[in-house]
Formats: sequence, structure tokens, C-alpha cells
Amino acid sequence: MTVRFFNVLGAPLLAFFQYLGEVVLLAADTFRSIFTHKLRWKLFLNQIVEIGLLSQLVVVITGAFTGAVFSAQTFFQFNKLGMGSAVGAVVSVALCRELAPVLTSLMVAGRVGAAMSAEIGTMKVTEQIDALRALAVYPVDYLVVPRTLAMMVSMPLLVAECIAVGIAAGYLVAIFMLDINGTYYMANMVRWTRNRDIIMGLSKAFCFGILIVFISCHKGLTAHEGAVGVGRATTEAVVNASLAVLICNFFLTMLFNIIYPAGYQ
Amino acid sequence: MIAVRALAKKIGQQEILRGVDLEVRTGETLAIIGRSGGGKSVLLKHLVGLMEPDAGEIWIEGQNIIGMNERQLGTIRKKVGILFQGGALFDSMTVEENIAFPLHEAGERDPNVLRAKVTEMLDVMEMEGEQAKMPVSLSGGMKKRVGLARSIIRRPSCVLYDEPTSGLDPVVADSINRLIRRLQQRFGITSIVVTHDMKSAFDVADRIAYLHEGRIYFHGTSVDLQQSSDPLIQDFLLGRSDGQRGHRVES
Repeated sequence: MTVRFFNVLGAPLLAFFQYLGEVVLLAADTFRSIFTHKLRWKLFLNQIVEIGLLSQLVVVITGAFTGAVFSAQTFFQFNKLGMGSAVGAVVSVALCRELAPVLTSLMVAGRVGAAMSAEIGTMKVTEQIDALRALAVYPVDYLVVPRTLAMMVSMPLLVAECIAVGIAAGYLVAIFMLDINGTYYMANMVRWTRNRDIIMGLSKAFCFGILIVFISCHKGLTAHEGAVGVGRATTEAVVNASLAVLICNFFLTMLFNIIYPAGYQ
Repeated sequence: MIAVRALAKKIGQQEILRGVDLEVRTGETLAIIGRSGGGKSVLLKHLVGLMEPDAGEIWIEGQNIIGMNERQLGTIRKKVGILFQGGALFDSMTVEENIAFPLHEAGERDPNVLRAKVTEMLDVMEMEGEQAKMPVSLSGGMKKRVGLARSIIRRPSCVLYDEPTSGLDPVVADSINRLIRRLQQRFGITSIVVTHDMKSAFDVADRIAYLHEGRIYFHGTSVDLQQSSDPLIQDFLLGRSDGQRGHRVES
């Protein structure tokens, strides 16, 4: 019975650890390359455009409606306790510490992660990666490094934008639709939102960006079996990156709460 | 220049190469022929380190490339160009960018130098004025020519051709064969051509190797090959399946 149990569990567990190992090795290879090889600036700037600039609309809409709906929901609950003016503080802290980094990362995993794995996967199945290698260009240097650095730069900025837009949308909803006093709203928000909340959100964004880029690039680099394989790699990249963001978010929250404790202290 | 010793490769449960021994001399053109799925392309990919064998050695200009990591292989790959079956052009780049890619990666940034070299390569390939086209708008033969231009622009000492004439009409296939010959004569390039197109093999090769069931079954000049009375080779040259041969013997 025990042997059968381990037999059934063994293969998927081994496959999972092998997958984790491959992603970690890719990450190690990428960081080694970042510190030891010249950066291809043109590719890096192209990726900044692809990841940062072209994600603007998605991030703005995500931030605006998250801030707006969170502001309304918080008001509906807090107003019963006569704490309507505390909505601003709750919206702001929640956006900084959780909502903006997680939701932005999920949107970026869907938009950018899918594009990365599809593009690299297509290059893999059409022998373009082999062509790179045959031309003495290491694929990690050429494909993964520019994407990683661009993600490291873009993600914190996108999350900062999401926080700002979310707070603005929450404020507009609170003032014009829920009749909250704007002065109290702002005063409470500024009083309860600390630098550490913003630092926590941006640090999470940085970590999530790295997770997304390695999971997506790894899926692309290991794609096989033609168009079906690329489709499968793309789907798995988005699903794995999204799950990784959600799971790591919990552990990062616990870790960052030690470094940057929540609340007014 | 290139020596392969007891090369073996298994993919899944299938033994693709079962101890290949091969030597290619500097400046010659060797054609590797064999049936489809017989491991010719796999052998070719081993020669530039794109695949790792289970056993054996590959010596290129006195260096055994087995066990080298990707970065160490970079030095070898600068000496050995490869033309992939479908060209393997970078589909996000124009013809000009594709051809200039190896020079750009080698640090050449002067646009005038790059443009001049690309133009020279396109002249050699008889594709003048096609610089701005994207790979998607090229025919199969043009893709192979651009792929070839890209692999020889850095003047490698050896070029590997993976099925250079497959999927092309006879006229375009002939022009590719002439191109391979011309490159050998003009630049003194050592060439290894993997093909199952016998006309192409006879047109371009100084020597021919027949890969059968994972081993080099025959190795010699095209005259030796044509004069061979070995039934297996005769079947391959005449395009006869086993069933046909049996039928003829019976009748």
C-alpha cells in the first residue's frame, strides 16, 4: 500500500522538483549573464516598451476599477460604524500592500507572460533558437536577460501607477458618489499610509516580475511539438506564473510584515 | 578538419546513431545520404553541438567538442556555419537584419560596413535588392539562400547543409547546388551536405557517405557509389522499396 502510494505520488513530485530546478537554473544562468556579459540595450529598451509602455491601459483600468470598487465596498461596511472617512486609509493601504502588486502582476502574467512564452516557444519550434546557438549567440543572453531586466524596471513602476490610479479612483468615488468629506478622507489616508507600505508593494512587484519572467521564458525555451506545444507552453506559463504570484504573495506578506509592520507605529 | 568517432545517440527508446565514424578533409564537400528519419539531421546537429551524444567523440580542428558548455562551443560555432532545413530565419527581422546578425553580434556597428557586406552576400546568392523583405514573404528557396548568406557572412571554415534542396523545384534546387559548389570554390569552405536527393549529392559532393541504421554503411566517391553492386545501395540509388526488389527477384 505504502509502495503504491509513493509510486503514484513519485512521478508527479519528481517532475515538479525537476521543473523547479530547471527554473532556478535558468534564473542562476540569467543573473550570471547579467553580471558577466554586455547588455544588448536595444533589446532591453524594446522590452521596456513591450512590458512597461504597452501595459499602461491594462494597468490603469485594473487600478481604477479596483480602487473604485474597494472604496465603495469599504464605505458600505464602515459607514454603518460611522467610520466613512476612514475609507481613504483602508483603500490606500490595501492597494499599496496587496491589491496593486497582486492584480498588476496577474494582469502582466496574462499579457506579457503569455507573449514571452509564445514568442520564445515559436522560436524554439521553428529552429530559430538553434539558429541563435549555431551563430554563437547564447539564447539566455539574447532572449532572457533583456526581458528580465526590463521586467525588474517596469513592474515596480507599473505597480506604482496602479496604486496612484486606484487611490485617485477611490477618492473620486468617495467624494462624488458616496458623499464622504474629502478633507477627512485625505487626512486619514495620508496619516495611515506609510512609506513602508509603498516600499512593500514595490518590493513585491519586483519579486513577482522576476517570477513571471523566469516561468514564462522557461516555458518558451522548453516548448516542443509544434503549434500545439507552443499553445500548451503559453497556457502553462500564464497559469503557473499566476499561481506562483498568489502563493509567493502570502509568504512575501509574512516576510515583509516583519520588516515593514502594518499599522500606525 | 572534422572527425567523428563512434558517435551514438538514443532518443527515447529509439537508437538513432549506433557508432558513426566519419572524417571530412579540409576544403572537400561530403554528402551524407540516407533514408528519411535515418538520423542524418541528428548527426549534423551533433557537429555544431546543438545535440549532445550518448557516446563518442567529435573533433573539429583538433578540439573535441563533446563535454563543452554552450559558451565554450561559441568559439567552435564561429568556425562552423549551418544551414537549417527551413532556413530558420529570425521572423521579426528583415532579410538585411538576418544576414547582418552574425556581424552585429560580433561587434560590428558601422551601418555602412554592414550594408556593404549584406549587399555582397546577396550578390553571391543572386538575390540583389531583397534587403527590406521580411522572411514571411520569401519563397522556400529564397529563405534557404538568406539562411546560407547568414551562415557564411562571418566566413566560417566549414558549412553544414541540412537538406538544402528539399521542398524546392528542380530549377531552384539546381541553383542551390551550384551555389554550394561556388562557395566551396570561391571561399574554400569545407562542406557537409545532408540530403536524400541523389542528384544534389552527385552534383556537389567530392565524397559520399551512406548512413544506414545509425552507421556509415558506405563511404567513397560518387563513382564508387554508382558502381557499387550492394543491393541496399542500388535500392537507394534507384529509389526501390524492399517489396519492389523482392517482387523483381521473384519475377
